[in-house]
Amino acid sequence: MSADLSTPADLADRVSAICADHAHLEGPMLPILHAVQAEYGYIPEAALQIIAKANGVTRAEVHGTMSFYHDFRTQPAGKTVVKICRAEACQAQGANALADSAKSKLGVDWHGTTPNGAVTLEPVYCLGLCACGPAALVDDKVVGLVDDAKLDAILAEAGA
Amino acid sequence: MKIYVPLDSAAKALGADNVADALATAAKEAGKDVEIIRTGTRGMLWLEPLVEVETDAGRTGFGPCLPSDAAAIIEGAANHPKALGLVDDLPWMKRQTRLTFQRVGVIDPLDLADYEAHGGLTGLRNAIAMSPADVVQHVTDSGLRGRGGAGFPTGIKWKTVHDAEAPQKYIVCNADEGDSGTFADRMIMEGDPFTLIEGMIIAGLAVGATKGYIYLRSEYPDAINIINQAIAVAEKAGVLGDDVLGSGRAFHLENRVGAGAYVCGEETSLLNSLEGKRGVVRAKPPLPALEGFLGRPTVVNNVISLATVPVIMEKGAQYYADFGLGRSKGTIPLQIAGNVKFGGLFETAFGLPLGEIVNDLAGGTRSGAPVKAVQVGGPLGAYFAPHQFDTPFGYEEFDGAGGLIGHAGLTIFDDSADMLGMARFAMEFCAVESCGKCTPCRIGAVRGVETIDRIAAGDADAIPLLTDLCDTMKDGSLCALGGFTPYPVMSALTLFPDDFAAQKKAAE
Repeated sequence: MSADLSTPADLADRVSAICADHAHLEGPMLPILHAVQAEYGYIPEAALQIIAKANGVTRAEVHGTMSFYHDFRTQPAGKTVVKICRAEACQAQGANALADSAKSKLGVDWHGTTPNGAVTLEPVYCLGLCACGPAALVDDKVVGLVDDAKLDAILAEAGA
Repeated sequence: MKIYVPLDSAAKALGADNVADALATAAKEAGKDVEIIRTGTRGMLWLEPLVEVETDAGRTGFGPCLPSDAAAIIEGAANHPKALGLVDDLPWMKRQTRLTFQRVGVIDPLDLADYEAHGGLTGLRNAIAMSPADVVQHVTDSGLRGRGGAGFPTGIKWKTVHDAEAPQKYIVCNADEGDSGTFADRMIMEGDPFTLIEGMIIAGLAVGATKGYIYLRSEYPDAINIINQAIAVAEKAGVLGDDVLGSGRAFHLENRVGAGAYVCGEETSLLNSLEGKRGVVRAKPPLPALEGFLGRPTVVNNVISLATVPVIMEKGAQYYADFGLGRSKGTIPLQIAGNVKFGGLFETAFGLPLGEIVNDLAGGTRSGAPVKAVQVGGPLGAYFAPHQFDTPFGYEEFDGAGGLIGHAGLTIFDDSADMLGMARFAMEFCAVESCGKCTPCRIGAVRGVETIDRIAAGDADAIPLLTDLCDTMKDGSLCALGGFTPYPVMSALTLFPDDFAAQKKAAE
């Protein structure tokens, strides 16, 4: 993830290359945005104009698409992203208390990042782990039956 | 010695990877030749990680396993405290009618040869031998209805696309399974992806579409990974491509990943998202069947609808239609979730009473406290109270009881649930996820949260206001997000009035 943003020219080259890689797709915008975010960890503002030009749309349209979706970030996240499920099935299994506990342990609210940059806390609405909740997604790793002890282990490993 | 360990994300979330590693290590230490095969899950999630060992009598289970159980399992300790006996003989398995999920938990999801050995591709071969119109008729005759929630007859949708004239048509699989309490799509994509792929190819041959897309939510990283691999395997084997199984007919498939918007589970919003736009809902008409992806005729079907097509084409329309109740034909994968003792997936013919599912199959709550409410059909589904437990599980039957079956997820709550809080959450969720196109949803959901807060603060006058707001949202919203959010809100209010009055009393 998050490679260094050395120079604007470098960014232009890399984002243009990503656009070219996806040019053969029907409706390439989401795959391009995902690829840019995979490269930089977020969508750099300077990338929008390049994506717009490569796809024959306005910068406003790219911004409109990007900002519609919860996944796309305009700033880098913490080193580890911890998503805690807030949906009904997890609530039935104690997700609200778990979320409160995570917020207080980290000293952040939803979407917040710890001051040391280790952890970003985000809500997620269903991971499909509805019979073994509360559930969490730690980067790409699923965790079920999350209690306080498991949460402590997750946060400790992430260096929060 | 063959040992099976699930790779399903629910099993992984409970430690299946660590158990698989421990089994490999234990086998090495014992000097035994052990083949560890990763499978989907059988759906008995309270037993996960569920390890199965092949014996002459069949596969015997151990669960829920810890890495520390590995050595004993390798030694073949049949009297191990976690030994369950033959997995196929467990009551949860024996009571099911597994048609769509027949291979899930049984085979390695990426082993195409094993897929074929278990009946896979038979339906596709039968479809290739039939005329496209006959395939459409077959699906219509089976009585299959959209399993995503709307319950629209799949065959009728296919016929519309079949009859449309266009240079290009599409099959789009809605794998944006965002409803809380549902995981059937995820389970089949992780446990038997070729079934979905086969169903999509059959759909393509039937309606004359040569290109398909799976729109898969980003919250399912494991499913994304397996579907991508499965598509590659199917391409290599000539199941997908320019010449499907040597038929001379083409079908290409691409997996597309969503970006965390719940509303993209709505079909027109999904199509906009697939085209690279904001996931804003489109007004209907035109129907996607006539003007869908890029304005072309498009079949948009849920994962389970498509994944059920192969078994219909394999065993026949009548075979499938003989299961079920009234106009709800065939089987439905119930997803039992929330605060339950026995949670998981249970595929059965339509018609089981709600109470039997909750009390008998699910075994009541995990907490041991009485069941207070069951939300059926995801965040847009109504809550049911125990006095409604005689409602049989079917589309019309749930509609008649003021609810919906949706994607057949059931979320069970014990008596600690605060139903005012749940109603507020439904409105809050709608506000967060609204696409913004129509006013009743965009503004109504925000006002809904505020109105429920007024009720919570003791203002009883806000109750008729909430009712009125719900009527407006129900009648005036463009899609099910704004239109159905009133279901959980109003059912919570009508069934559990005490939860909406408690704060008032406290304030007086």
